[in-house]
Amino acid sequence: MEGVIALYIVMLAAFAGYEVIARVPVILHTPLMSGSNFVHGIVLVGAMVALGRADTLPEQIIGFIGVVLGAGNAVGGYVVTERMLQMFKASGQKKKESA
Amino acid sequence: MQGLMPDHVATLAIDGSYLLVAFLFIMGLKAMSSPVKARRGIVVAGAGMLIGTVMSFLYPGMGNFALMLAAIAIGGGLACWSGRIVAMTDMPQMIALYNGMGGGAAAAIAAVELLRMAAAQPEAAAAHGPVVTALAAAGAFIGSVSFSGSLIAFGKLQGLIKRSFRFQGQQVVNLVIVAATLAIGASLVLTAHSAMQTVVLFFALALALGITMTLPIGGADMPVVISLYNAFTGLAVAFEGFVLENAAMIIAGIVVGSAGTLLTQLMAKAMNRSLGNVLFSGFGEGPVAATEGVSGALKPIEASDAGVMMAFAQKVIVIPGYGMAVAQAQHKVWELCQLLIDKGVMLRFAIHPVAGRMPGHMNVLLAEAGVPYDLISDLDEINAEFETADVALVIGANDVVNPVARTDKGSPIYGMPILNADKARNVLVVKRGQGAGFSGIENHLFYLDNTRMVYGDAQKVAAELIHAIKAIG
Repeated sequence: MEGVIALYIVMLAAFAGYEVIARVPVILHTPLMSGSNFVHGIVLVGAMVALGRADTLPEQIIGFIGVVLGAGNAVGGYVVTERMLQMFKASGQKKKESA
Repeated sequence: MQGLMPDHVATLAIDGSYLLVAFLFIMGLKAMSSPVKARRGIVVAGAGMLIGTVMSFLYPGMGNFALMLAAIAIGGGLACWSGRIVAMTDMPQMIALYNGMGGGAAAAIAAVELLRMAAAQPEAAAAHGPVVTALAAAGAFIGSVSFSGSLIAFGKLQGLIKRSFRFQGQQVVNLVIVAATLAIGASLVLTAHSAMQTVVLFFALALALGITMTLPIGGADMPVVISLYNAFTGLAVAFEGFVLENAAMIIAGIVVGSAGTLLTQLMAKAMNRSLGNVLFSGFGEGPVAATEGVSGALKPIEASDAGVMMAFAQKVIVIPGYGMAVAQAQHKVWELCQLLIDKGVMLRFAIHPVAGRMPGHMNVLLAEAGVPYDLISDLDEINAEFETADVALVIGANDVVNPVARTDKGSPIYGMPILNADKARNVLVVKRGQGAGFSGIENHLFYLDNTRMVYGDAQKVAAELIHAIKAIG
């Protein structure tokens, strides 16, 4: 990738990350940390590529570990974040559901 | 390896899907900033992850598909199982664990790439300039620290590692490890054919640094550290994204890196600790400074009388702390609160940023018990309201309501923002025994004229209060 273009991407992504988080209320900090933890689970696709291109045994072993860890990050991050967020309800919500 | 479609079509499809992944991630995180849309946010981000993962199988020139599927099944299966069974009180250490796994994965990618360079395979050597090697090494360093550090954080919060290890000159040792790791990293970048032993030593040192950095940090400061490692993993992922020329990894990694850094600062600020302070000194390390003496006595009250007091109040503010969660009392407390609301009492929950083990953790625990989030207020919203409250009910919280944080410059918690429970007309404190709080500081709130102590296990006291209020009819 062109070096300069990559730097543009970095700068814009950094702003996006900052802006997205800056308005989050404190009550959502724990799920949000968990959610951002899930997002870097995209490392899984990199680990898949590393394993897919590995041709010696040490590379395959490390690549395999990488995919196991990456999949753990992505799936675990999703499951716990979803579990936490689905519990958040407003006062009126429960009555609406039962009605 | 013959792919499903011609190479250039596959590459185009993958690049297109990664653009969608980046879009879905950012939209998902944005939705997570409002409690109403938060659930939708994680589902949107999850869809992005699924698309990215499926499309990545199409990369041209890949093999080892059986290994890949097995690895995904093992990692994903274990994480799914553990994520479903973990109790809400244990959530912080699970986040640390999954985060460590991400850091480890980034380090593993770097290891494969650095090994290929060390083996000097022609195509790898040609593809990688010194800049790419430097990025790979930087990601390897940060990812490894995040991996081993997060595992230590998990061990500490899970109670597997009981004490904080501190010794004289610890900072010097850490500094030496950092210097050695950087030196070896530099040699990896500058020499075209590094020996495999050099690569191994590089990773060993980085992993060791994560351990020695995290071991001395106390449990109370751990959330800040976990958040910091979350940002670290994001950066490591972004660096490896450069190495693999993977736009989705770069964008997601940088977004998490910057969001995580901001979140870390917010947490440290809420705890009245600077980041440097958390990382480089243990809490309460020095001798405790002489603090103002306490005057007055602890005045106990029976649960039945306390119940009457609350039933006839107009406005009650409940201040839950981690002690309530440990006693698993949040369901009973919410039952008590519903009873008061039915009696026409105006009721609010006041949450200190560090209630629970992580900012926002108490909100998750209350949400689990069924408390609607619009009854929950944070420190800035609620502090002005204590003056008009008839009763402030403190359950399992201690340091976060200690007025010495406002008044006593000698106190270790001086300057920490606190909930102004002492301004309420009456204060009821539910407490297991007479001991001091987590930090060992005497709480002056407990000795005030308008404070009454209800001794006992939080769950049992809540049940007694419910009984007392029901008895009034």
